[in-house]
Amino acid sequence: MSLTDHATGRAIPDRLRTPLDKRIKSWETLLLIVAVAIFIANSFASPYFLNAWNLSDATFNFTEKAMIAFAMALLIIAGEIDLSVAAIIALASTAMGAAVQAGAGTPVLIAVGLGTGVLCGAFNGVLVTRLGLPSIVVTIGTMSLFRGLSYIVLGDQAYGGYPSDFSYFGRGYVFWVISFEFVLFALIAVIYGIVLHTTNFGRAVYAIGNNPTGALFSGIRVARVKFILFLLTGLMSGLAAVCLTSRLGSTRPSIAMGWELEIVTMVVLGGINILGGSGTIPGVVIAAFVMGLVTFGLGLLNVPGIVMSIVIGALLIGVIALPRLWAMRRR
Amino acid sequence: MPALATTPADATPVLALDRVTKTFPGVTALDEVKLGLYPGEVTALVGENGAGKSTVVKILTGIYQPDGGEIRIDGEATRFPTPRDATAAGITAIHQETVLFDELSVAENIFLGHAPRRTFGLIDWTVMETRAREILESIGAKLDPRTKLRELGIASKHLVAIARALSVDARVVIMDEPTAALSHTEIHELYELVEKLKAQGKAILFISHKFDEIFRIADHYTVFRDGQFVGEGHVSEIDEAALVTMMVGRDVSAVFPDREARIGEEVLRVTDYAHPTEFADINFDLHQGEILGFYGLVGAGRSEVMQALFGITKPSAGQIHIDGQPVTLNSPADAIAAGLVYVPEDRGKQGAITALPIFQNVTLPSLGRTSRGGFLRMAREFDLAREYTRRLDLRAASLDTELGTLSGGNQQKVVIAKWLATQPKIIILDEPTKGIDIGSKAAVHAFMAELAAQGLAVIMVSSEIPEVLGMSDRVIVMREGRMAAELSGAKMTPETLVRHAAGI
Repeated sequence: MSLTDHATGRAIPDRLRTPLDKRIKSWETLLLIVAVAIFIANSFASPYFLNAWNLSDATFNFTEKAMIAFAMALLIIAGEIDLSVAAIIALASTAMGAAVQAGAGTPVLIAVGLGTGVLCGAFNGVLVTRLGLPSIVVTIGTMSLFRGLSYIVLGDQAYGGYPSDFSYFGRGYVFWVISFEFVLFALIAVIYGIVLHTTNFGRAVYAIGNNPTGALFSGIRVARVKFILFLLTGLMSGLAAVCLTSRLGSTRPSIAMGWELEIVTMVVLGGINILGGSGTIPGVVIAAFVMGLVTFGLGLLNVPGIVMSIVIGALLIGVIALPRLWAMRRR
Repeated sequence: MPALATTPADATPVLALDRVTKTFPGVTALDEVKLGLYPGEVTALVGENGAGKSTVVKILTGIYQPDGGEIRIDGEATRFPTPRDATAAGITAIHQETVLFDELSVAENIFLGHAPRRTFGLIDWTVMETRAREILESIGAKLDPRTKLRELGIASKHLVAIARALSVDARVVIMDEPTAALSHTEIHELYELVEKLKAQGKAILFISHKFDEIFRIADHYTVFRDGQFVGEGHVSEIDEAALVTMMVGRDVSAVFPDREARIGEEVLRVTDYAHPTEFADINFDLHQGEILGFYGLVGAGRSEVMQALFGITKPSAGQIHIDGQPVTLNSPADAIAAGLVYVPEDRGKQGAITALPIFQNVTLPSLGRTSRGGFLRMAREFDLAREYTRRLDLRAASLDTELGTLSGGNQQKVVIAKWLATQPKIIILDEPTKGIDIGSKAAVHAFMAELAAQGLAVIMVSSEIPEVLGMSDRVIVMREGRMAAELSGAKMTPETLVRHAAGI
């Protein structure tokens, strides 16, 4: 057999398609075309659309959700999900509100917000990785639990009285129309993009999502990676809670109600396989813009909120079904 | 070449393929092949992986449509647009891995999709159970149709799969690697079943990689190579060597590599190793340059011992020494760091991540070495993947190709390359040649010999006696979770292995 002779092994090329070629024929490209189309349609539909301040306002529609969506993307790629994210926002915001009543200043508030998020994420992570429970069940449970705690603390009351310098996180501008939140969103997008696409950790996330058993048998510490992902999702929820509370200036237990589904929608629209194993951060970034543009454009046209969610839903199904239909026709 | 032109002319074939062609984008899976199946006779379809055997099965069961040629039943041209049409024409298949349902009863599994009905389309449970009992009896299976499948062992589940295949009124039975998951005794029961089916006048298409089975039960053979028909004839008129030559298109003189073991220092010592439920009293040592075979029936606890060593499951007692130092291996990551790696039997589920490209599979356990500061370095990854896949003579379009698109043999080469790239001291291979073709098999064997020659300590778990005897320096036989015997030299014979494994 020739294999004993190393030199005769056949040369196999590294790649047949360049990474650029792959990128051009990808989901992200399709989504980008959709985003541009929506942008153009919006600018024709309303004379107020192409206004720097209006566009800046529009980014608030997605910046906080997108922060969580990046962490959620990694979690979903790894084959898990966290539906308690919006409830974590409520609990973290409530904790911050309580801290304000106790006289805490802005640095303490941030620590309380982020800390509550991390603790909630750790709680989810322990239940999933230590006890081996399915994350969808665990986080539906903690979704009620975390928000339930907020309701117990607040009832029909609201916390207010946040210090004036605290409002910078949700209302501050770094430069001209560029808001602090938008800068934070961009920074987090870059960090998650680097983590997922250029590190060993990111590779492990893909491996786990495609085949957790195979990943374990390849020496990947599967439970540890998943735990970190839950922790990160909690942390991002805490961060979103800081921004949102700062922007609203008050805390009610119904804060960020229903966001978990919008965040999952953003992730799936971004091309992340809901069954795990594939998807990219640039996809989620574009999806965030698409959702922001649609919501903003329809808002300018005075379309009611319920119609907006119908449009977003139709968009999601359409964008997912089209490539599938395309593939079926070609077969 | 003998018997190339002989056509079995006993009768009209029940089922025949004539000049059938099937192409996929970029590949011709079948190129004008022919095949004939005769009532009461077994035809073995022989060929390496990629020869087109699975495609034939899929065409005969209505999953694929041929692009050219004819399928004939009793001489009449026909088509099977859907699997249902194939079933209606009396064709049934026992697959390598039939999908069964754990939460349903034996009878429900047998009749799922074609349960006997009463008025209003309700399932007739009484008739279903009676008929299930009849079918199970006819194949000699002592199972209660009302048992939940979950409660059965692997072998019994296999019998249910067979019963399911026979529950339709079949004239043609396709058996696709039916013995792959079976132990020695179960294989013999399967042979008896084949005899029964022959006596009932059914035409049987038998697909197997194992020559002893083919010569034992087949009447005719048909050989495919690379999607083309190579020859057919009576099994009684051909010998193993000639059949192998037809399959691979070249002489495969020595099945196992000649090697002279140079046994070195002790690398691994396992003492009083035990697990709460799977095994107990495991004691052995392993040396550099040695191939230690583990033989036993399916379920004897061999894989369980290996997976505990690899840190997948927790042992309840015992010590492991590597290079004389006591070690605790709580996870595969620990084991890899200690230089002990494991190539699992279940390639698709445990051994590889088939949706990822080849190079990423190779580097997955070695990312610590190819990366810097936790950041991937793709160029290093390609270097490593190129180096090790070349050593195994991998055949693939590119290193960026999705692993799942390769044949079983080539996937196995990638899995072995992945572990060699970690530069281990000890490599455990669990059924390393299961379900791969002869060419790849010989390649894996030769490579194992080469690894041992380079001073690696090799443990090979295998259920194939020729492989165990042909490759091992020493053999440990396991039975019911314990070591039944440790054999070396002249004591390593097929008879002693079987005797110790079965406890006779």
